[in-house]
Amino acid sequence: MQPAIQLRGVTKRFLTPSGGIYTALHDLDLTVAPGEFCAVVGPTGCGKSTTLALISGLEPPSEGEVEVFGKPVDGIAQGIGYVFQADAVFPWKTVLENVAAGPRYLGRTGKQARERARDWISRVGLAGFEDRYPYQLSGGMRKRVALAQSLINEPRILLMDEPFSALDVQTRSLMENELLGLWSSSAASVVFVTHDLEEAISLSDRVYVITAGPGTVKSSYQVDLPRPRNVAEIRFQPRFAEIYEEIWNDLRDEVLVSYERQKRSGAA
Amino acid sequence: MAATTGPAVRPVTDLAAKRARDARRRRWTVNVLRVLFAVVWLGSWELTTRLGWVDKFFFSQPSEIVLRLWVWITEGTALGPLWEQVLVTMEETVLGFILGSVLGILVGVALGRIRLLSDVLSPYIKAANSIPRVVLGALFAISLGLDLRSKVATAAILVFFVVFFNAFQGVREVDRNLVANARILGADNRRLTTEILIPSALSWILASLHTSFGLALVGAVVGELFGATAGVGELIYSAEHLFDAAGVFAGMLLLAAIALIAEYLITALENRLIRWRPPVATETRI
Ligand SMILES: Nc1ncnc2c1ncn2[C@@H]1O[C@H](COP(=O)(O)OP(=O)(O)O)[C@@H](O)[C@H]1O
Ligand SMILES: [Mg+2]
Repeated sequence: MQPAIQLRGVTKRFLTPSGGIYTALHDLDLTVAPGEFCAVVGPTGCGKSTTLALISGLEPPSEGEVEVFGKPVDGIAQGIGYVFQADAVFPWKTVLENVAAGPRYLGRTGKQARERARDWISRVGLAGFEDRYPYQLSGGMRKRVALAQSLINEPRILLMDEPFSALDVQTRSLMENELLGLWSSSAASVVFVTHDLEEAISLSDRVYVITAGPGTVKSSYQVDLPRPRNVAEIRFQPRFAEIYEEIWNDLRDEVLVSYERQKRSGAA
Repeated sequence: MAATTGPAVRPVTDLAAKRARDARRRRWTVNVLRVLFAVVWLGSWELTTRLGWVDKFFFSQPSEIVLRLWVWITEGTALGPLWEQVLVTMEETVLGFILGSVLGILVGVALGRIRLLSDVLSPYIKAANSIPRVVLGALFAISLGLDLRSKVATAAILVFFVVFFNAFQGVREVDRNLVANARILGADNRRLTTEILIPSALSWILASLHTSFGLALVGAVVGELFGATAGVGELIYSAEHLFDAAGVFAGMLLLAAIALIAEYLITALENRLIRWRPPVATETRI
């Protein structure tokens, strides 16, 4: 079967402001099957966001190949949804206009776009808030807008960059469950970036552990927990604890490396 | 019961009422002091000129200025009815303001979007910005004549640079995440400009409109000083020729009134155009 996403030997270097070269990713291999929910975990600064930028086509790789459904990525491709780490809903558009933006950009009329947007707004539980501006919403609600905004274009690939990390615990597990619901009724492949291992395991079919920068895949794990899952409860299953321990053994070292580095550069 | 847990618990309404009372008292104090300031200032001006300590010939006198305005209103000025002079200056200002703003936004957005263009033009723009542009008014008076056009052009050139720099900066400072998001959602270049860059730059542009309306007024008046047959600037100019200090002051008062009205209108426009921004904190405070 052809993978939905394939990264082969991908290296990404950035020019730093001081003129040096910084290697963010080194020789990274990553495969996501169609319809698979894949989580990527790693310490801060290991290149998780960069990986998503490469898949989306926002950034080209310095070396290696990035393929989406068998085609090399060259610029921004259709059929990709992206929920950004930082708030990226348009502050001057209302909830309705924000969600309707995608279909309009893809050539639908304003009326059609708004109709579809209404539907998606109620699917993410924001019915009644259509006319609000983002500043009038809570952080959780803004994430819902971002989710609806990405999903309305019915992407075959959904990239999510620590989408729930700024939310409180209750809102977060609610949103995680809703995400799983929305995903299971679509055929999308998901790459879900997080630094929270618990979140990664409870959501995904597969977890990739990335090393402290320059990022490369340290290991990958199949998560064989049954679906449908309830995120709030799955953490109490014995199998969950086993998987957690196994992956944590890998992740811990990387987190420590990253932490030591930060401490040292902070002291310097 | 919660109310019995401690003496510090007081009804919320009590606190709110106290805060409202404090706010009212403060507003009242400010207003009284403002009036007092005007009374002291104008009163000492009137008194010192009446007593002859300060020469009325150079500094005029509040009562004389008010009288002059009254005469202008009731009997008209040497150039014709007062409202005509005000209207002429307003027309020049508003036209110059609109022309300068539109050009400033267009050029600013274009240069903000097209890197090559801005790299090529930046030294020329810096040079053009560093000359005192009011002197261009003299040039316009020669090339465009003494009618409306030379004043509009002077006002527009002053407005242009301010709006241009802000529009340019606004486009450059746009949040990279918003641009990335729009592109992922399928926005083409045109959509990116109209739906992301311009709205994002709008708060910069609007902030500059406050300053630039003032400059448009300066441009119009300076244009009139370089040669005109009507307008508040011309009124001031002819008063100056007659060594009529009261006339100069009365003209200044008119200009201040025009500027204040414009300020009010621009604030209204701003509130309409950026409804999506949270209201300023002072407005929401109880
Ligand atoms: N545009 C860029 N220019 C220079 N360095 C960058 C750029 N983007 C990311 N980096 C660097 O690459 C590394 C990985 O970044 P990122 O992918 O955002 O990490 P993560 O999302 O895992 O926290 C960081 O050290 C970051 O400073
Ligand atoms: Mg990141």
